[in-house]
Amino acid sequence: MKGIEIFFKTLEKEGVEYIFSPPNSFGKKVDKLFSDKFSKSKMKKIISGNEQGASHMADGYARTTGKPGIVVCDSDTSGTNTITGLQTANMDSAPMVVFICHFSENENLSNIFDQIDHIGISRSTTKHNFLCEKVEDLSRVLREALYLSTTGRPGTILVDIPKQVLDSETKFTFPTIKKVSGYKIPKEAKSVDIKKAAKLIMNSKRPIVFGGGGIIISEATEALRKFANRLKIPVTLTLMGLGGYPPDDPMRVSWIGMHGSYFANMAVHNSDLVISIGARFDDRSTGGVFEKFAPNAKVIHIDIDPSTINKNIVVHCPIVGDAKTVINQISKEIPMSFKPNTEDRLAWFNQIKDWENENPTVARQKGKMIKTSYAIDLISKITKGKAVVVTDVGQHQMWVAQYYQFANPRNQITSGGLGTMGFGFPAAIGAKLGRPNDTVLAICGDGSFQMNMQEFSTAVENQLDLKIILINNGHHGMVRQWQTLFFDKNYSCCKFDLNPDYVKIAQSYGAKAFKIDSPNDLEGSFKEGLSTKGVVLMEVVVDHTEMVYPMLTPGGTMDDMLLSPDDPIPDGPVPDMS
Amino acid sequence: MRHIISILVDNEPGVLARIAGLFTARGFNIESLCVAETEKPSLSRLTLVTSGDEWIIDQIVKRFENMINVIKVEDLSGEDSLERELIIARISTNQKTRSEVLRVADIFRANVVDVGPKSYALELTGNKEKLEAFIEILRPLGLKEISRTGLISLKREKKKITER
Repeated sequence: MKGIEIFFKTLEKEGVEYIFSPPNSFGKKVDKLFSDKFSKSKMKKIISGNEQGASHMADGYARTTGKPGIVVCDSDTSGTNTITGLQTANMDSAPMVVFICHFSENENLSNIFDQIDHIGISRSTTKHNFLCEKVEDLSRVLREALYLSTTGRPGTILVDIPKQVLDSETKFTFPTIKKVSGYKIPKEAKSVDIKKAAKLIMNSKRPIVFGGGGIIISEATEALRKFANRLKIPVTLTLMGLGGYPPDDPMRVSWIGMHGSYFANMAVHNSDLVISIGARFDDRSTGGVFEKFAPNAKVIHIDIDPSTINKNIVVHCPIVGDAKTVINQISKEIPMSFKPNTEDRLAWFNQIKDWENENPTVARQKGKMIKTSYAIDLISKITKGKAVVVTDVGQHQMWVAQYYQFANPRNQITSGGLGTMGFGFPAAIGAKLGRPNDTVLAICGDGSFQMNMQEFSTAVENQLDLKIILINNGHHGMVRQWQTLFFDKNYSCCKFDLNPDYVKIAQSYGAKAFKIDSPNDLEGSFKEGLSTKGVVLMEVVVDHTEMVYPMLTPGGTMDDMLLSPDDPIPDGPVPDMS
Repeated sequence: MRHIISILVDNEPGVLARIAGLFTARGFNIESLCVAETEKPSLSRLTLVTSGDEWIIDQIVKRFENMINVIKVEDLSGEDSLERELIIARISTNQKTRSEVLRVADIFRANVVDVGPKSYALELTGNKEKLEAFIEILRPLGLKEISRTGLISLKREKKKITER
């Protein structure tokens, strides 16, 4: 069997549903092979507008399903365009595999050393990469790539397959992958660590769970819910953790971070025990002043990746292992007869409630212009928090995190680690393919949207039932907010002097589109848009002066927040936005 | 502080680049780096010398451990370990210095590996301190060029104290 056929057959046997690829990758030869041999399989190719789009689609598919997203592209600029997608997925631990296949029919291009060194380029944006040099290794390398991407801390893999490998012949095999040399997957934690954690938990008066994306990846929601409810421990989430714990659970305390809730940030800052599960203490969730993080608290850090431990914050009890397994281990270690002190806990929950009353997270519509926070609060209520919401990056992303009450895991899809603008729309296409029976919303800012809006063709071509809510404030809103707050309103490069007519753009691709600019029309228009079949763009024209609050003051601690435009801005060095 | 990190890896292309790449990405310098096959041809041992505070070394070791194809990582600093390095030094000589160079070679138990009318090449094995002393002594005598292998290291067998 030829290498190229082995390639597709292995992916098919692995249960791959979609191959995301730019248009030029499936040359005539490959296309013919695909239609001759794989037309009956479930495997379908999704052709994107460009390769960055393809990689975000695969990423969106991976995050909503937990299955690896597959990108196949040629060895030229196709490959280099996937680098942003690789790093975006890798930072958020999404399983994705990019195959650089030398499909080109031009024999002169067959010498790999004349071409781009994709292995070198992708080294720091992947969990691992392979150069497959022999056709006999091909199916094993493919299987290892998929195995590595989905196990342990999931991540991205790049496989470079030269033309001579795809053209050579060998017998097809489907080797079982039990172990990859030098690859360890931590599962259960050491019992000494578990005992230490259990003791810390039993002795704490004001504990709080600090839950990250690891809860979702490890499918630990139910285990955590039982654990928290039995031991009466409040649970707050990071941006990446949203959806990992139900919003209506009595233990839930909103979310934390730079724009997290006032009361959640206060609770973490004033706790005496932080139990971090699957989070890495990123500067956006801790305020960035690591030595002042939760000054009176001991920290238990549960993570599958040992290199995240003691990286930003020095922890008292590091536990390396799978989140769900470790929660169950600790749960078992604490005797069922143990009851936390009722008075302590009552005081702690009352304190958190008091903070919430001081500054609740409530969206209010004021004035004639639509406030984005209000629009997102409304869409959360209309969809009952059950939609898959894919966001871009910026103010709208933070308002989604604040006001969309994510009911289920794998429903909030956002670029948290890298902050990739232009991620939202293509990722939503991948999300819809992965979860065809769920409502999928792409909520994008106008700045981000323009970075990848060519993907309309893919969405319309594949007749997806995808809704896009385009928040149009005519600005890079978050940049404007920082320039307002920290740069004396010295507005530079944040306003779009020429903003296109998005309704016309959508229509020109064959999508349905309309504009909403009055608060009174919002609810009706949203409902209408959501019930219309096909790709629907709802452009919401909003007030560009609205800012995201609360906001941790850069260089401050987690109890140091700006709560409204009236709050004085602290003196000190100009913070670093990136 | 100076650290000697011993890394056992799969003997495959690309592994060295990945390890060296981590140093570049974090802006750390590698003082010396030595790689060769081990008793098992499928494995290579890599001995790397670098400096940094405890926190940085801890991070580096964890990152190495995370890499696929990395079997084992050990920080040998503070451990009881054998350390050796090989040096070849070429020294220009004249009538006056010729015998003095040979005397130095004798004291350090270095071997003469090349003789020419105007120079000697000496070979010496030892730990860092010995090699550096050797270089310093040779310098005024006409040291022309040197080539060093970089440090290789192996942990000593654990000494067991047992009651009889």
